[in-house]
Formats: sequence, C-alpha cells, structure tokens
Amino acid sequence: MSAYIARRVLYALPILLGVNVITFFLFFVVNSPDDMARLHLGNKHVTAQAVENWKAERGYDKPLLWNAEQHGVQRVTDTIFYRNTVKLFLFKFGQSDSGRDIAFDISQRMVPSLVVTLPVFVLELLLTITLALSIALLRGTYFDTWAVIVCVAMMSISLLFYIIGGQFLMGKLLRLVPISGFDGGSAVVKFIALPVLVSVVAGLGFGTRWYRTLFLEEIQRDYVRTARAKGLSERGVLFKHVLRNALIPILTGVVVILPTLFIGNLIIEAFFGIPGLGSYTIEAIQSQDFAIVRAMVFLGSLLYIAGLILTDISYTLADPRVRLT
Amino acid sequence: MRFLPPTVLATVCLVMLAASIAGCGEQPWNDPYRAADAGRAIFYGAFAERPKHLDPVSSYSENEAQFTGQIYEPVVQYHFLKRPYQLVPLTATALPEPRYYDKDGFELPADAPAENVAQAVYRVTLKRGILFQPHPAFAQRSDGRYYYHHLTREEVATRATLADFTHSGSRELTADDYVYEIKRLAHPHLHSPVAGLMGKYIKGLTALAERLRAAEGGNHGFVDLRKYDFDGARVIDRYTFEIRITEKYPQFRYWLAMSFFAPVPWEADSFYAQPGMKERNFTLDWYPVGTGPYMLTENNPNRRMVLERNPNFRGEPYPDRGAPGDAVAGMLRMAGKTMPFIDVAYYSLEKEEIPQWTKFLQGYYDVAAVLPDSFDQAIQFGMKGEAELTPSMQDKGVKLVTAVEQATSYMGFNMADPVVGGDSERARLLRQSIAIAVDFEELISIFANGRGVPAHGPIPPEIFGYRAGQSGINPYVYEWRSGHAARRSLDDARALLREAGYADGRDPATGQPLTLYYEAISGGPSGKAQLNWYRKQFEKLGLQLVIRVTDYNRFQEKVREGTAQIFSWGWNADYPDPENFLFLLYGPNGKSKYGGENASNYHNEEFDQLYVRMRALPNGAERQRLIDRMVEIVRRDSPWLWGFHPMAYALNHAWYGNSKPNLMARNTLKYKTVDADLRARLQREWNRPLLWPLAIVLLVLIGSVIPAWRSYRARQRATAR
Amino acid sequence: MSGIEPVLLKTDVLFFVLIAAMVAYGSYARRHEHLRAPWRQVARQPLGMAAAVVLAIYLAIAFLDSLHFRASASAPHGGAGYSHDLNSVFDVLVTPLRDSVERTYSAPFAAEAYAKEIVELADGSNSRAYPRLEHGGVHLRDPASERGPDIAARLIGGILLGLALASALAALVVAVCARRARMPWQAVALGMLRGESPLPWRAILGTVLAISLLFGCAVELAPYYHVFGTDQVGNDVLYQALKSIRTGLLIGTLTTLVMLPFAVVLGLVAGYFGGWVDDVIQYLYTTLSSIPGVLLVAAAALMLEVYMSRHADAYGSLAARADLRLLALCIILGVTTWTGLCRYLRGEALKLRAVDFIEAARAFGVSNGKILARHILPNIMHIVMISIVLDFSGLVLAEAVLTYIDIGVDPSMESWGNMINGARLELAREPVVWWSLGAAFVLMFALVLAANIFADAVRDAFDPRLRDLE
Repeated sequence: MSAYIARRVLYALPILLGVNVITFFLFFVVNSPDDMARLHLGNKHVTAQAVENWKAERGYDKPLLWNAEQHGVQRVTDTIFYRNTVKLFLFKFGQSDSGRDIAFDISQRMVPSLVVTLPVFVLELLLTITLALSIALLRGTYFDTWAVIVCVAMMSISLLFYIIGGQFLMGKLLRLVPISGFDGGSAVVKFIALPVLVSVVAGLGFGTRWYRTLFLEEIQRDYVRTARAKGLSERGVLFKHVLRNALIPILTGVVVILPTLFIGNLIIEAFFGIPGLGSYTIEAIQSQDFAIVRAMVFLGSLLYIAGLILTDISYTLADPRVRLT
Repeated sequence: MRFLPPTVLATVCLVMLAASIAGCGEQPWNDPYRAADAGRAIFYGAFAERPKHLDPVSSYSENEAQFTGQIYEPVVQYHFLKRPYQLVPLTATALPEPRYYDKDGFELPADAPAENVAQAVYRVTLKRGILFQPHPAFAQRSDGRYYYHHLTREEVATRATLADFTHSGSRELTADDYVYEIKRLAHPHLHSPVAGLMGKYIKGLTALAERLRAAEGGNHGFVDLRKYDFDGARVIDRYTFEIRITEKYPQFRYWLAMSFFAPVPWEADSFYAQPGMKERNFTLDWYPVGTGPYMLTENNPNRRMVLERNPNFRGEPYPDRGAPGDAVAGMLRMAGKTMPFIDVAYYSLEKEEIPQWTKFLQGYYDVAAVLPDSFDQAIQFGMKGEAELTPSMQDKGVKLVTAVEQATSYMGFNMADPVVGGDSERARLLRQSIAIAVDFEELISIFANGRGVPAHGPIPPEIFGYRAGQSGINPYVYEWRSGHAARRSLDDARALLREAGYADGRDPATGQPLTLYYEAISGGPSGKAQLNWYRKQFEKLGLQLVIRVTDYNRFQEKVREGTAQIFSWGWNADYPDPENFLFLLYGPNGKSKYGGENASNYHNEEFDQLYVRMRALPNGAERQRLIDRMVEIVRRDSPWLWGFHPMAYALNHAWYGNSKPNLMARNTLKYKTVDADLRARLQREWNRPLLWPLAIVLLVLIGSVIPAWRSYRARQRATAR
Repeated sequence: MSGIEPVLLKTDVLFFVLIAAMVAYGSYARRHEHLRAPWRQVARQPLGMAAAVVLAIYLAIAFLDSLHFRASASAPHGGAGYSHDLNSVFDVLVTPLRDSVERTYSAPFAAEAYAKEIVELADGSNSRAYPRLEHGGVHLRDPASERGPDIAARLIGGILLGLALASALAALVVAVCARRARMPWQAVALGMLRGESPLPWRAILGTVLAISLLFGCAVELAPYYHVFGTDQVGNDVLYQALKSIRTGLLIGTLTTLVMLPFAVVLGLVAGYFGGWVDDVIQYLYTTLSSIPGVLLVAAAALMLEVYMSRHADAYGSLAARADLRLLALCIILGVTTWTGLCRYLRGEALKLRAVDFIEAARAFGVSNGKILARHILPNIMHIVMISIVLDFSGLVLAEAVLTYIDIGVDPSMESWGNMINGARLELAREPVVWWSLGAAFVLMFALVLAANIFADAVRDAFDPRLRDLE
C-alpha cells in the first residue's frame, strides 16, 4: 500500500513538470516581460529604465530557457524557466507581479474558499443522493418521468442565470441576507447562505440525474433480484444493497473533487465577493498576473493528482476486494 | 437508516440561518457589517481594485490616492472649498515661494525671464510638534535601541499582521523625512513613476540615481539614503529644508502637494527592509506610515481596508471660508471645528457592480459613483437639460454631486502620418473637416449619458486660460448661434473636404473612398457600439474608417512607436494649471521621438516658443494672451478632435456631509461627516426582510412530496399484494 | 447595390465541413445495419425526435447565418440605413429586425421609450414624456388605445399563418407516409394522432406546430414591434438573440470537430500499439487533464489576443478578428476536452486488440494502419458519436461562463454570453429591464434542453453504459 502510494507520488512529478512547461510557454508567448512591466508600472511617465529595473527585480531580464552568456550548469539554471519552476516544487511561489507574496495570499484565501465549497459539497451530496434514491424508489411512475424532466431542465440553465436570479431575489425582493461580501467568525453564515444555496440549486439537476442512473443500473443487477426474492422490502433493498454497492462509482466521482475544493469556485466567488482562491485566480487572469496564475495552475494540478491518488486509496477502503499493487 | 427528506433539510438550514441572524438584534438581516459597529461614526466605502502601491514614491493612481491621501501629508494641500483651486500650507508654516538665481548664483527678481534662471530654490519651514502615527518601526527601548530593526527571518515569520508587533512608538516630523523621500525618488528598486520627469527638474536627481544604482544596485536590503549627499534637497535645520530645481518652473509647487513629496521616515525603510518582511507583505506598499489624520490599521486587499483615526494627529481646523454659495450649501457648518470628524473608514472590496449598487440603495455604502448602467435609475435630465435625481432617489434623500473633471478625452491624429498628419494644407483641411463630422455632443449623450462637456480646446473648465461662452468657442468646428455653440453643418465639412482634394471622400489617386485607420482598444459590447458609431461619423463624409482593435498594451506600443493613425486618448490633470494640458502638444514632448506625453507628435515652432514663455509666467493677462494664441494655433491645425471633458457624478446619502467635490485634493476624508443615527434608522426602514415568499416555496416543496409519497405507498401495497 | 461578393470566414468553412461530414455519416449509416438499428431506435423516441426538430431549426438558422457575403465597395453608402461590412443570408431575411435601431432601451412590444425624456412640444415648450420609438409601433396613431387590439389582430394573423404552415407540412408528411405504406391517408393520419405510427409523428408534428406558431407570430409582429425590446444602445434584442445561435452552435460543434482527430488518433494508437507510445500519450493527456480547464483556457485566450494584435493587419476587420477568436476558442476548448474521450478510446482499443478477428487479421499480416482504419475505427465510432452529442450542451453553457470572465468570444460578437454579460446590471434598474436576459435565457435554454434530451435518446439507443463520458 505505502509502496504504491510512494510510486504514485513519484509518478506525479513528471506530470507536474509537464504542467509547468505548458504554462510557462503559454505565458511567455502571451506577454513579453516588457509588456508585463508596462502593465504593472502604469501608463503615465514610464521610462525605458523603469521597465528594465522592473524586469531585473523579478528576474525577467534573463533568457527564457538557455543562457548562452553563462557557463556550465548555469546555462540552464540562470534562466527564467529554471528559476521559476524549481521554486514551485518547493512551494515557494515567490512574489506576484504586483509585489505581494503569493504563498501568504494563498494561505489566507484558502479558508474562505473552503467555507463555501465544503457546505456546498456536503449539502449537494446529501440532497442529490436522497432525491435520487427517492426517485429510484418511485421508478416507472409519473413522478419519475417528471423528476427526470425537471432535472434535465435544471441542467439546461446556465449557472449565470442561477446567480443573477439569486442575487435579484435577495437584493431586491427578499432582503434576507447581504448579497455579497464576507466576514470571519459567526457572521460568515449570513454571507455564505446565498452562494451556497445558489450553487446547490444549480448543481441539483445534474447530480440527481447522475445518481438516479447509477442507482437504476445497480437495481437491475442480479443480486438485487435475489435480495428481493428473499423478501426484503423495497426500501431495505435500496438502502442496504444498492446504496452500498453504488458506493464505488460515487466515490470515483466524489473523492477526486475533494482536494480541489480548496481552489474554490471561480464564478461564484467573483459574483459574491468571497475572498477565496477562485476570485484570486480570476483577478490574476484579468490583471494578467503571470506569477499568480502559474502558481494556481501548479496548485490546481497538484490537488487534482492528489485527488486521483486519494480515489485509489478510498477504493480499498470501500471494497476490500480491490488490491492496489 | 433514515434519510432526511430535502424539505426537512431545507427547513433546518433556514432555522439555522434565522437563528444566526436573529442574534444580531435590531440589525437588518442583510447588513454586511458587524452589529458592534452600528451607530459609530464610520464611513463605508468600496474599492474595486486592490491598490497596488501605497508607498508614496510609487503611488500615482486614483484608487491608491483614496488611501494615501488620508495617510501622508505633503507640505501643502489644496483648499477644500475655494475655487479655482488654491494651495494652502499643510505641514509647512507658509506656502513655499521660489527664489531664482542665475548661473553665477546671483538672486533674480520673481518675474525674471525663464532663460536667465539657472536655479530655483524652494525653502520650506515645517510646523513643530507634528507626530507620526504609532508604528513598530519607531519603537525604542529605554536605551534608545530600536525594538524591531534587527529581526531575524524567523522572528518576522511568526507575525501575520503589523498588529502582531507589540511595541510601537512615534517621532516628531522633521525636515529630514521630506528630504529622505525626495532621495527615494532616485532609489534603484522603488521605480518611482515620476523619477524620469523629476530628474529633468530637481538638481542632481538623475546623478543621484546613477550613484545609487552603482553603489546599491545589488543591495535589496536597506539602502540608507541619509548617507548620500544630494544637492537637489537639503536639510537646513530640524524644521527647514530646501529643494533646488534647475529652471524656472512655477508649476513645481503643485508637485509639492502630491504624495511623491510626502515625508517618509528612514526608520520605516529600515524596518521593512529586514529579511522575511517582504514575504509577509510587510512593506511600505501595504503598511504606510504617515502623519495624516488617518492610519491604515487593516489592509486585507482581498476583503477590506480600514482607516482609523491617527491618535497622534495634531488636529486641524475645518476651513472657515469657502467659495461663494458654500455657506448656503451648508459646507461651512463645521467651520473652525477640529478635524477629522469620522472615526473609522471601512472600504470593502466590491468587484461587481450589481452588489455595489444594490448595497448603496440599501444604505450600506455612503457614496456611489453613477455608473452607466445605473444612470437612468438615478438621474434624469431637467427642463433645461440639467441633471437631477429621479423621484425614487429624492425619496431616499440621496444627493447628487457633479463636477467637470480636470481631464480631457480626445481623438488624436498622428501628425507623423503621411495622410492625416503633417503641416500641409491638404491634411489640415482633412482634419478640420473630420473635426466637424465627428459629433461629440452625440457621443456624450449616447455613450456617456450626457456626463461630459464638449471641448473647444485642450484646456478644461476651471483651469486658468479656459474661456467660456462665445469667446471660447472653437470657430473651426462651431459657430455661435442664438446664445450657444452649435456644431457647423456637414456641408461645411464636405466643402473643406473638397478643398482638401477629397471630393465626396474619395481619394483622387485611386477613385476609391479614402480609407483611414482607427486604433481601438478591445472593449465590451458597448465598445462595439461606440466603434460602429465612429465609423458612421466618418461615413457621413464618405470616408471609410477601418477599425483595428488591439489590446491595451499593443495599443500603447503603436502610439509609442508612432504607427497609429487615429486613436482616442485622454489626460487627467496632475495639477490645475494650463501647462499640464498644453504640454501635451509641446513638440519636444513628442511621444514617438522623445517618449513624452505628446501622443499626436504635434510640432509647431510658434506654439513651442509660446509654451516656454507661458510656462514661466504667473496667471494674469499676459499669460492669458499667450494661451489664447496657443489655443488658436492648435485649433487651426487640429491635431486632435478636442473631444470632451468628462463629468464626475457621485451620489451621496443624506447622512454624508460636506461632500463638495474637490478633484485636486485627495485628502478629503477628514472634512467629511456622517450622521450615524440617521443612517441606522434609514437602513432599518429600507431593509425589512420579506418572508412570505419563502413560505410559499416551502409549501410548494411539501406539495410536491405528498403525491410522491402517495404513489410510493400505492406501489408498496401493490407489491405486497 | 451593384456587386455582391461571397465571403467565407474560417468558421464558416469548418461549419460547412461539419455539415458535409454529418451528411456523409448519414448516408454511411443508412447503408450499414449496425448503425442503422440504433438510429432507428432514436427515431422512435417521441421526446428525442421533438428535440431533434428543435435542433434542426437552430441548425438551419446557424446555417443561414453562416452564408456570408459583402456588398462590394463601389456602392459608397451601402443602401438603406447603415450597412455592416459583412452580412449573412440570415441578416437579409431579418432585415427589418436588424435595421430598426432605437436610441436606447425599450420594452417588448413598446411603442414608447422606456424612460421619460425631454421632448419639445409643438408650441416650442418642453415637457417630460415618454417619446415615441423610431421603429417600434410607429404605425399606430395612438398607442395607448390602438396597441392592444393591433397586437391581438397580428397575433391572430400569426397563429393562422402558423397553423397553415404546420398543416401544410403535416399534410405533406401524411401523404408521403400513406404512399409508402400503401394505406389510405385517413388511416395513416389517425394512426399518427393516436401515436401508433412507427415514427413518433405526433410528437414531431406537435413540435413543428409549436414552432410554426411562434414563427408565424414573429413574422407578423417583428416588423412592427420589438418583440423582445431593445438593449441599451437600441438594438433589437430578438435579432441579437437569434444571431447568437450561430455562435452557440458553432462552439458546441466545432470544438468537438477540432478535438476529434487528436482524441481518435491518439487514443487508438495508444491502445492498439501499447508500449512506449502508450506511455507517451498517457503522459500527455494526464498532464493536460490535470491543469484546471479554466486556467488553461484563460492562458491560451490571452496568448491569442497578443498573437492577433501582432498580426493585426491580417485580422484588421472586426468581423475577421471576432471570427478568429471564436475559432481559437473552439480549438482551446477542444484541447482541454479531448483527454476524456482519448482515455476512453484507448481503453476500447486495448480491448479490441485482443478480440479474435483482429488477432486473426494481424496473423494474416494485414498492416496496422489498415486494421486500425478498417476494423477498429468503425467499432468505436458510436462512442465518438455519443461523446459529440453529450459534449454539445456543456460547451454551449461554457461559452456564457467564459465570456463572463472575459476569456470567451470577442465582445463584438453576438453571443448569449455577451448578452448576459452586458445585461447583468439591468435587473438593478427601476423599472427592471429583464428582456435581454430573458431572451438569452429562453433561446439558450431551448437549445440546451433540446440537446440534452436528444443526447439522452442517442445514448440510450447506442450504449446506455456510456454515462462515464459525461
């Protein structure tokens, strides 16, 4: 087991390196360091000297990949790519282009992201599984047909409409909670109520339908028929057997997401003014802050890979038959 | 094993929510602030973009000035009420007057011609007893050693915010602090945006920058600028210092009111330069140190920034005299009382316009800018076309504040371009003709909701040299008809075009419509409409306008390289002097050749000569005469379509007092008042929660569960049978 | 106007290629029973077929909107009103919608502006009133009293027109079916009404009826009123919403078209050959898929901006630029979404490699390329098929979200994302301006809903187990 995990972790390294190479090329083709300097220095009275200074300060005055002026190993190490990439692997994200320490900001912003994504995740899972089970219980009735139609309809609405609608309802009509913002402590409840509600509702259609198909597939299997033949009640069959056996496919979908909860939801956070990592990323994209976006890409990939490894491990826990070698 | 049905879950959530909110007592449910703050003299504002620099040496943009203006105190400030704008002393005992010397060091009279002046000296004497805000950088042990100037990386790493440094201290403001900051303009790592410009004026600044780069270029730690001798700024005694500039430049006094010339204590630089500080965001950019009425106590640009009253602030009386009409408008109610009046200012991060506007309407922000999208809701135009509030806003007691910005938004021709540029009669007539055709009045009304004043020249209203009324119109584009300026007819424009040789807009060389190129910055959906509008304006003359859309960086590059043909650009005044606008057309400021701010690369001998003379003159009849002539020259040459001067509209709630707009002063928070009780009352009134729709939702949910339950029972019975 | 010069934008070309591919696939599927059977099963699902009708309408509009042409430059003022550089056949068909531009907002079916303005009265004095619109309801003399009856009359006209259209179509269908089945038409019609026909004609014709009613009403009303009102700069919202169809559809389809070659070739090669090829390809898609999609799209979109401004002369015109950006968005989205399908195809190819007939083929010395093309490819086509259909709706929704964070289609291009983005603040107005959002919502919802339903039908018919592709 531990050997397996160790191997998986090692295998993740080249992937992360690949991620870095891709983002590095994307970004240095996008903006020459000159562009970045001008973007960040503002536009009144900027001299060429100021641009040079800015670049030198961030090490952007070095060659991208190959430093011909240096000797030996330094030809590779004294470049923008090497200097920026190696640091990421040590979680030294360095300074953002606007001069703030990225690791510090990330650590600060992780909490608000989690405060929103975690309740959404839990509520969503509970609600969709409950609903899907009830629909599975009523399969073949009109209720089932209509539930599926409602689910598909709910899936067909853009998240943007859910958000705009939710804010309109709260801001203009009901006045129950602040329509955006964030605060620590107990006051957090009133700020996250609306974003959580909106995200849960927006994901309801897809989730419910997904679990419904999953359960129905499970119901059609032989062991369920056997159980029913033994005289187990429908409810007993569903909860005891179906739910248990559906656990593996549920886990596949769920565990992968767990680590990425840290990253937060880009759109929700931007709309509701949640100072989490999602809005951090959007701001970085909009201000073309290369350093932050690259750090976030790295972090995102890292968490995703962590999710994959976690999934494998959770398999063994959920189903003792699965052996990891 | 039982699962909670969704309705039960929803109810539980609601009850939890209600319980958490009910704990807040009288506070409205949707109040985004803490209950403990209710009733305090707090100002609530918003910021859309986190300020990048709060270090006075690099802070230049408006959203940064919102904070730096309250914290730092330059030696002079703009009078809050008087118009035209006027400088008054802030930390200085009197307005610094320059003394002029020729190249041999002999003093010259104040009206000496500019060419004789080799040196101008500004001597500033400071008020005594001004203290810096409490800050750990000043904290000293009893033996005089500093608590926090020799920290290790590990010691710094244990602290998350500045408040985690338990000791703090203060110190009296001295002349040293101002001189230190002026030297910082040349600091190799601070990249002051005005370093290049000031290097042209302040004696030896460029040389100092060179010396510093050579000596300290590799030093990323504390650069002790006190060690460096500097001719440009010298301490005379504890409270007096001198600044030397190399020419007669009367506008320099306006620079003295900007944050670039605010005091910075060396202790702060030494404190922040310690290892590990930058990693924790402990920098002057994030935790400024000043002598002003407020200090930044919380800087979380991800959420909010909080200014609190500086306990060491000496107190300053509210002005007792203002412009005519100020007394009637209630601006002098606080005359003579000690400022500041507001204890705390909360600025919340608000990136989206909907929440910001909604919260303003709910009373949770004291002020709001009028955005294009909320414009109709807030403002309507009166019988004479004047802006007034809509009835719904009036009911709320909202006040509208308008002011013409000290800015200009123009459409420029690149004078180096072979088609539209140059001094030829053909090109001039073409430009004049286009100037008539592009109807900026329409542009203002469609795209700016009428928030602008059509420009007749480079100088905006309220700046010396601006002429209003009939004498101020641009005769090449307008004519005076029944009491107001009316745009000349398209026929005039077509006649000019014909005279230029482009009859019906056709290029005689090809017989095809003349094609011109407009450089645009890609913008939102309304940007597209605006571009189409531009194209229509040119089409009126039969000219074809090809629009080339690029991003902002690329756009700037094109203008910088002089490859753009026609483009839109704007300028915000640094200070209220015509020089700050006319220099945009001064030949030696040409953008593509000299990297200056003359984006059109306009060059006219006579204009340039007049400019040099005008610059050195005090405001008066002679200066006005020169300006009139200069304006006439550029109107005729028409290197710009003069465009318009934008207007700032702001909405203030009834409880927010002394809200006279001052477009030059940045330190205006100290003048403002807030009636917290009125605010609390109105907030409650406007934010009564509405619960019955929730009940309906709940009913519907339950209603949908019952038939489901029924059919489940029915099936159970069926299988049981 | 003297000359008309057809213009083929890059996305037009790809779109036509796509349609040609669909037609080719259709005729191929007709001739092969293993493809024909599942399609026949799709055709038997009433809901799926109703959705197919809706999709067909959308496709037709997008097709018409992709036939671009430019009025030649010798006509200096480009005919009536102000002409855009580039027009499509669809633009010509809806000319009244395109040209009736008001000054600013107006509500659906309004004859007067949305906000009061100062108007000069006949006697020279000013008064604050709602000014009449320039196009909406200009034929009415007194809107207050005439508007209701006028709309009602036109609605009835529209309904009649719709009924006529639908019945003509129905009659045609009945006649053809009766002829094929060699049955009297009454029996055939009755069978359809009872839902007993082999194809669910009741659902199909029902949908056709609904659409023709909408169409009829639109034809009657749109030239006289702004059915969905006008936006901030006075453009007809219905026109924008309809123009957005092409954008949405193109993103939904071209993305898959662009990514297909990668996914299919790499997936098959990896699965079939195994070994180091497999390792490299697996590494490639694992790496790509572990980058958060939005970030990859953002980075690539920014890169494109710069590329285009560096080559500004080639993409000088607004339309060409917007088009290139749309295409690039498709490519970028394609690059970020191909990994899922690739992984799946690799697995399939791995399985198929071990199947008897392929091992036999290999034993006979048939070349690898031939085996891949002749034996493996046809056996995985249905997976490709399903993934195309399943991805579609997600991509249409993604466009709106990406456009919201400024990395979607060009702001100058009509798209639902841009409409939503531009209209975000309108709900905060008083009175509420809901129509831009409403129009985008309705048209987008209809498309995505139809696509989702159709996708379900297709998947159920081909392979219900393929839910993992979602």
